[in-house]
Amino acid sequence: MLNDFALVLIFAVLGILFIFGSLLAGSFLRPKNPNPVKSEIYECGEPSKGSGWINFNMRFYLIALIFVIFDVEAALMFPVAAVFKKWLLSGNGILALAEIGLFVLILAAGLLYVWVKKDLDWAKKVVSD
Amino acid sequence: MIQQLSLLFPMLPMWLVQAIWCGVVAVLLLTFFSLFAGPVSWLERRIAGRIMSRIGPNRVGPQGIIQWLADGVKNFLKEDLIPRDADKILFRFAPYPVFLGVTLTLVTLPFSSLLIGADLNVGLLYIVGAWGLVVIGLIAAGWSSNNKWTLLGGMRSAAQMISYEIPLVLSLLVVVLMSGSLSLQTIISSQGASPVEWFIFSNPFAFIAFVIFMISAVAEGNRTPFDLPEAESELVAGYNTEYSGMRFLFFFFAEWGNLYVIGALAASLFLGGWQIPAGWRNFASAQGPILPHVFEVLMFQLKTWIWVLLIIQLRWTLPRLRVDQLMKVSWKYLTPFAFVSIVGTGLWMVVFPEGWLFMKYLLLFSMLAVIGYFVWRAIWQLRFTKSKADFKLIV
Repeated sequence: MLNDFALVLIFAVLGILFIFGSLLAGSFLRPKNPNPVKSEIYECGEPSKGSGWINFNMRFYLIALIFVIFDVEAALMFPVAAVFKKWLLSGNGILALAEIGLFVLILAAGLLYVWVKKDLDWAKKVVSD
Repeated sequence: MIQQLSLLFPMLPMWLVQAIWCGVVAVLLLTFFSLFAGPVSWLERRIAGRIMSRIGPNRVGPQGIIQWLADGVKNFLKEDLIPRDADKILFRFAPYPVFLGVTLTLVTLPFSSLLIGADLNVGLLYIVGAWGLVVIGLIAAGWSSNNKWTLLGGMRSAAQMISYEIPLVLSLLVVVLMSGSLSLQTIISSQGASPVEWFIFSNPFAFIAFVIFMISAVAEGNRTPFDLPEAESELVAGYNTEYSGMRFLFFFFAEWGNLYVIGALAASLFLGGWQIPAGWRNFASAQGPILPHVFEVLMFQLKTWIWVLLIIQLRWTLPRLRVDQLMKVSWKYLTPFAFVSIVGTGLWMVVFPEGWLFMKYLLLFSMLAVIGYFVWRAIWQLRFTKSKADFKLIV
């Protein structure tokens, strides 16, 4: 088993070396004559106004927050799902199903909550005070 | 395998033999990946040409078949531009996670019962985790370029990929329920060679899970109709606007490599993977020890390539979704249906422990009907186009 993970590690290292090596080899062959116009940022040929590093729309962070909650819960469900068949064969199928159903119910309640709170809507109505 | 190898080279220590073996396997997989991504880029452009009534690349080699090599050499020799105002470290870092995220999944893809990099016991979880790396690269590329287009593209891609990861993971759970394992080889061996033994037809909820899996996998791969991150007509080129030369190429390596990963996952999780009928296996085993594996590899490639070609065709057929529609599809349709399919599959397994053969055949024949309609419609379209005046098929 450990051997298998060693392969993953070696593969990752070789993948990094593959990218690094081809970039390095290319740097000996490709031209390098930068000039001020070339190293400008491309925004359709117009000189760019201001920095691109700005505070970004809140919605993206909301989506990220919802994602984190759901992904953690989905990850927790993997072990439960993996032993489901074993429980079924040993005659505890209904109990296992009830457990999975409960888990999914909690997840679904979370989704429903976010849905009702309108955090899933992309286009938001701005309510003025 | 490693024991036999260490017997062959008795003077080397065991760990060194293991390391060399792992290195050889890794190099083979990387070579396979490059040899897939390159020609598929040519194939996609040819198919796109046909669909849009233009020619596509046909100059380099017969039918343009080595166009991808020419593109590779061109990109290799191109000047590597980094904008003056960019975050240079992050800019250089971005291609690594994108490329690794896709290639790392290759380690666990089972090409045949023997041909697999590493049959991890947490295979599925590992694949999802490795795939998640791509998001980091795309965000890094989008943010580091200090360009408004790339920032929009990077942010959109992050929002899209994390939204579609939820239905993807939930639809994989259905497979785990049915097979009782996370290892890809065990998942394949718990299916059979005949279509009614595949997971996709085992119950209606698994069928739903397959559809959810395909949609969200295409979205994870940033392919049209979900290609908002690089929407050419809106964002110049999205997150990779400022990239040139080899760095640019690595993003596209990953995109085309993704096609294979999606196809291979669909084939091995839902469509029986490398399973071949017992009759073929007996025939092949009689010819020698290698032929059964050749059959298995061919079967796996056939199933994978069907999905690769379908996804390519989808890209050139469907228009792009709007960003609010994209979020709606993921959170309001796919996720609730994925919940239903998990509970439904569990219920089905409790009620019909042996499976219900009638339902399997019903699902199989309805799938065949859909495929039949697709083929009929494609033939009709070709005939219709041919009958219209001055259109000639250009080869």
